[in-house]
Amino acid sequence: MRVLRVGPHALLVELADADRTAAFHAELLRRRAVFGLPPVDEIVPAERTVLLDGVADPRALATELATWRVPPAPERLGPVVTVPVRYDGADLAEVAALWGVAEDAVARIHSATEFRVAFSGFAPGFGYLTGLAERYHVPRRAVPRSAVPAGAVALAGPYTGVYPRSSPGGWQLIGRTEAPLWDAAREPAALFAPGTRVRFVIEEA
Amino acid sequence: MIGGAVTGEPASGGPATVTVVSAGLLTTVQDLGRPGHAHLGVPRSGALDRPAHLLANRLVGNPAGAAALETTVLGCAVRVDRPVTVAVAGAPCAVRVDGQPAAWGAPVRLPAGARLDLGPATRGVRSYLAFAGGVAAAPVLGSRSTDLLSGLGPAPLSAGDRLALGAPAGPPAGADVLPWAAPPARLVLPLVLGPRDDWFTARALDALARSVYHVSTTSNRIGLRLDGPPLERAAEGELPSEGMVLGAVQVPPSGRPVVFLADHPTTGGYPVIGVVPAAALPAAAQAAPGTPVRFTPVRLR
Repeated sequence: MRVLRVGPHALLVELADADRTAAFHAELLRRRAVFGLPPVDEIVPAERTVLLDGVADPRALATELATWRVPPAPERLGPVVTVPVRYDGADLAEVAALWGVAEDAVARIHSATEFRVAFSGFAPGFGYLTGLAERYHVPRRAVPRSAVPAGAVALAGPYTGVYPRSSPGGWQLIGRTEAPLWDAAREPAALFAPGTRVRFVIEEA
Repeated sequence: MIGGAVTGEPASGGPATVTVVSAGLLTTVQDLGRPGHAHLGVPRSGALDRPAHLLANRLVGNPAGAAALETTVLGCAVRVDRPVTVAVAGAPCAVRVDGQPAAWGAPVRLPAGARLDLGPATRGVRSYLAFAGGVAAAPVLGSRSTDLLSGLGPAPLSAGDRLALGAPAGPPAGADVLPWAAPPARLVLPLVLGPRDDWFTARALDALARSVYHVSTTSNRIGLRLDGPPLERAAEGELPSEGMVLGAVQVPPSGRPVVFLADHPTTGGYPVIGVVPAAALPAAAQAAPGTPVRFTPVRLR
């Protein structure tokens, strides 16, 4: 673990891998819930880092973080969010070819996986979901699309994501959902938050 | 006239409405933003020149969190349907009420039906127009701010838009002396190095400290984009996406630095060479395209 200064009031904690990042993030939330963490405005996990922003005394906190013993992330905690998907994405054939399976097997494999939101970003409510075995990781499209429709379920690298609204994107589209990923009038507005467990289920056409 | 109805004014009761006559280049609703949701991919947003925004609100007797309008370079024009107290702060501009000159940086009482014009900024970029009672647009995650990156909050204003105002909270505060920093002719930005200064060559760090950059015309609420010597990377390859803070100076592949302002993305994959402390950002938000910019890097231990 390495702790980097980010301006006068933030720290970036760099972890060795995604699992340790998840564990460290879970530990931060656990300690914050029991008032075991000085007040911070934002805790932002990412691929291999956690950003702590709005820290009154970053030097003291950096010293304290170095003494923490962080247990592995709790495996199965909290409810599972279920997302119905029609696996008919424009890149389904491409993904099937990359995986070396038949097209209908993509849906079977993807929906049999339990995902976890590793972190969010890109747009409000867009989660980077991990869980797919490494042999199913795929590259981004060589040429990004100028408009990916809202609800598109897509793959890139180790991640699965669902576009909360129409936007440009370079991920491989495998399906679509009508689940509202983001609804500002709902509490919470985001269906996916870091740590959320997710399962995709096949919705027949 | 005391106790009687004023002829020609709408009946009292109910909130006043502001109609946008012209939105200039870009006019948005802004309050203090929606911090605390970065982990969901939600930018903080909010007024770019916060001291000016706070001042405009104070002048009309509003609490600090009231929503006001933020103009961009060309000002705006509005009409009110009831008597309303307003104040303009931030970038100086000509203020006119029904064509007659009115005060900048002071409460101005608009009669019912009056047209208020904020002219182009004579210096700086962003003027703030506060109404007693504040703009009562629907809040999203506790804020009425327009976020241009993610599209949260009210859309940027267009001619014909109507905005309801809230009930005035109290009498305007007034002020004898306005402590206000004029928009800078040249911008000097303190810079705390890191977290990714080690991704750049010694020559790039040297260039960053010595070069004069210029504010690019492509700057917006997301970032102050700078033209000048490109900053050369020591490390090739890709940085995994990581959390971004307000004031982060991100260096995209072009090598030309971008200072992140309120609508910045919450995560990003280009290395951040340093961070401009928040106190220096209001001046950055008022730096017009072409303004010379220098950085004064420091290293915190």
